[in-house]
Amino acid sequence: MELIVASSIGVLTAGGVYLLLRLRTFPVILGLALLSYAVNVFLFASGRLAIDQSPILSRYGDASYTDPLPQALVLTAIVISFGMTAVLVMIGLGAYLESDSDRIDIAPETGPETEDTDSKNEGAA
Amino acid sequence: MMHWIILPVVLPALLAPLIAFALRHDITLARTASVAGTSILLAIALGLTILAADGTTHVYRLGDWPAPFGIVLVLDRLSALMVLLTSALALVVLIHAVTTGWDARGRHFHALFQFQLMGICGAFLTGDIFNLFVFFEVLLIASYGLMIHAGGKDRMRAGLQYVVMNLAGSTLFLFALGTLYASTGTLNIADLAVRMPEIPIEEAALVRVAVILLMIVFAVKAALFPVQFWLPATYANAPAPVAALFAIMTKVGAYAILRVHTTVFGPGSPGTEDLAGTWLFPAAIVTIALGAFGVLGARRLMPLIAFSVVGSMGTLLVAVAVFSQTATTAALYYMVHSTFAAACLFLVADLVVTRRRTDTLQPEPATIQNGLFAALFFAAAIAMAGMPPLSGFLGKLLVLDALREPGLIGWAWSAILVGSLLTIVGFARAGSILFWKSTATTGPSPEPALDDGAEKDPALDLPPPATARQVAPAMLALAGLAALAVFAGPITSYLEETSAQLFDRQGYVDAVLSPVEER
Repeated sequence: MELIVASSIGVLTAGGVYLLLRLRTFPVILGLALLSYAVNVFLFASGRLAIDQSPILSRYGDASYTDPLPQALVLTAIVISFGMTAVLVMIGLGAYLESDSDRIDIAPETGPETEDTDSKNEGAA
Repeated sequence: MMHWIILPVVLPALLAPLIAFALRHDITLARTASVAGTSILLAIALGLTILAADGTTHVYRLGDWPAPFGIVLVLDRLSALMVLLTSALALVVLIHAVTTGWDARGRHFHALFQFQLMGICGAFLTGDIFNLFVFFEVLLIASYGLMIHAGGKDRMRAGLQYVVMNLAGSTLFLFALGTLYASTGTLNIADLAVRMPEIPIEEAALVRVAVILLMIVFAVKAALFPVQFWLPATYANAPAPVAALFAIMTKVGAYAILRVHTTVFGPGSPGTEDLAGTWLFPAAIVTIALGAFGVLGARRLMPLIAFSVVGSMGTLLVAVAVFSQTATTAALYYMVHSTFAAACLFLVADLVVTRRRTDTLQPEPATIQNGLFAALFFAAAIAMAGMPPLSGFLGKLLVLDALREPGLIGWAWSAILVGSLLTIVGFARAGSILFWKSTATTGPSPEPALDDGAEKDPALDLPPPATARQVAPAMLALAGLAALAVFAGPITSYLEETSAQLFDRQGYVDAVLSPVEER
């Protein structure tokens, strides 16, 4: 199980980072979603992996339980990442409709005044 | 138990929905509520600062759960100072936004503003790292809204970039938290401070990864070198009052670095004590250089100021990276100064740009009140660049004075001094183009008369001259800088005690983890 969890986190993260580097709105949103899944699973695993155990310490001697804190953290993280994704979709849509381009980086041709802060990925698009 | 401590979080949290739902159709009511709320916040922050001034660490346990299990808010001198700084800055910025009408150019400015204050105050007060994440998200989600306030193509695109950058940062934050939790089993700062020294150096690999991840996350917020690239585009395209408020957001990153790396991973934790200084110091040096060259190379006024903010963060973090008490005192002084200096510059720039209609650095007909703007810009620029007599000079002097160790002095002094020189040159260039050359291009009229600019371009109805109320916030920020310079003695001795308390790790731990029986 450790192998499956670890490799799924790895694959999700790799996919997320790859999509993030595409610098187009839709892939970036998908990439951030993948990353947030990866981080949720990772947070979940940070309390150690346990099967068939409740997150409550039993009163009657049985000391085996799964750590409840990561579950609370994951819950919060999921809620926040949902909200953030919604905001991102709206802002991405707004930016697309305003500027007719779905590039994330500010391309130099949008105006002479924009700073070339992130022009290294010109060729990737 | 004192309930005052949670008020800086609760008050904006209650006020924001009220403004958003009940007062959204009446801008006057919303303004009144927002200004009143921020004024009350300032009063509360003053009260908290007085409360914390005696050096005790006050702990507020939410739901009265004891510390490692429940959520705590911790008020010590540093967090009180930061909350005070936030509320003072917020009031100045808010007055500017109201008097210049920025708040009416889009919807929900005041509600978002209050949510932003809630997030910032919460981030300064919280006593565990996961809630730091939550408050980061609160302040970020409000800042997304503020960033794209008033809309526009460039602003939306810059806003999108900013959101994506910060979402990636948030994900990294969660990875760091997961790693930290997996290796220590706690996320409470005081509890971490207890457990961290117990981790032997040979088993600290995972913790070191977590610490570096955390530092990257805070560096994103603080606009430190490898991850600073979002800042110039964001600040340059944000509405000016929002950019002025964002001056405190970079300080949230600096505060988090300071707090976490002194209390938890700092001196006394064998596995991680060397990490922050080793990586932070060179990064901060490069940040100074980047900021200075950015100021030199900027072709527009707003990016120029944004790059000067990057440079000031570099100076601040150079002092932070040393993790000694004198350096921290200098860093705190410089932090207060640079917050107000950056805000003041943005506010002045807003006044100028509104009347010039473009912030490109090219000679344009002089605006009315050219002299007033020139004087304001000059004062704000010398504060930012660190020239006497304003507090920037004293701040940089304190930082230089604290960095006298042989290994640091060469890099730090040359970076700060050369960086300041380049910043001065950049500001001088911008100022002379904006205010001197503009008087030369006013046309046939021999002297730049008052209505000359208006006749130059009759197609555009030029905005009216800035009223006293519109100039007042920038003046207020300047007055703050002057006061910071005049009262440098008492303020520095106050900050010395603050940094002494910050390095008193045991005092913090004892206060937070003490059992709940007093009351």
